[in-house]
Amino acid sequence: MELLERFAAGDLDAFETLFRGHQREVYGWIVRIVRDSGIAEDLTVETFWRIYRSRARFDPKGNFNAWARRIATNAALDHLRRTRSETELPEDLPADPRPDPAIARETRLSVRKAFAALPPKYRLVATLALIEEESYENIAQAAGVSASVVKVRVFRAVRMLRKQLACLHFSIGGKT
Amino acid sequence: MSDLNEKEMRELLKRSVDPSEKPELERDLWPQMLQRIDRHPATPVAWFDWALAALLGAACLLFPGIIPALLYHF
Repeated sequence: MELLERFAAGDLDAFETLFRGHQREVYGWIVRIVRDSGIAEDLTVETFWRIYRSRARFDPKGNFNAWARRIATNAALDHLRRTRSETELPEDLPADPRPDPAIARETRLSVRKAFAALPPKYRLVATLALIEEESYENIAQAAGVSASVVKVRVFRAVRMLRKQLACLHFSIGGKT
Repeated sequence: MSDLNEKEMRELLKRSVDPSEKPELERDLWPQMLQRIDRHPATPVAWFDWALAALLGAACLLFPGIIPALLYHF
C-alpha cells in the first residue's frame, strides 16, 4: 500500500513519515504568516493534528502538500483571529536588529500599528502578497479562494492601511 | 488606487514589519506531535454518545423487560 493510502487508513507510522517529511515546509509557511517562531511551531503541530484527525477524508490520490498548506493557512488564520484584540504593539519598540536608516522609528511604529489593526483575512493576504511577495495563485490555493479574491483583498488591505495610517497622521507620499 | 500606491505600501511594510525570525525549523516537532496524539484519543466519544448510553442504561434498570428487545436488535 502506498504511503498516503496507509496514512488515510490510520497508519501512525505512515503519518510519522509524512510529518517528518513535511514539518519544515509547513513551519516555513506558517512562520511567514505569524512571524513568530514559537507560535509557528505550535501551529505546525496544530496543523498536523488537524491533518491527523481528518485523515479519513483525505483522498490518497490527492496532493498532500496542497492539502497540508491549506490546513496550515487555516490554522494560522485562526491564530490571527484569536489574537487580533491582543495585538497591541508596545509603545517602546525593541531596537530593530537591522535598522533601516531611511525609515524613522515612529514611522515603523505607525505602520506596524496599522498593519496589526487589519482584519485577519486581509492581514493574511497582505503579509503573503506584499511582504513575502508570494504569488496570488499560491495564496489563493492556500486560502481556498480564487486569485481574483486575493487580488481584491490585497487592494482592500492597502486601502485600509492607507486609511489607518492617515488616522495616525502619517501620509504615504511624505513618509512621517 | 494606482499600482504605485501598492508598490509604495509594499516597500513601507517590508521596511517596517520585522522579518520572520528563524525562517527554518530548528528542531524536530514529532515528540510534541506524539504527545498531542497520546493526550487526545483519535476518535473521542462525543458527549451525546455518552448521554445515549446513560439513557439506555437507565432504561434497562427501570424497565428490564426491554433488554430482550434490545438484544434482538443488536
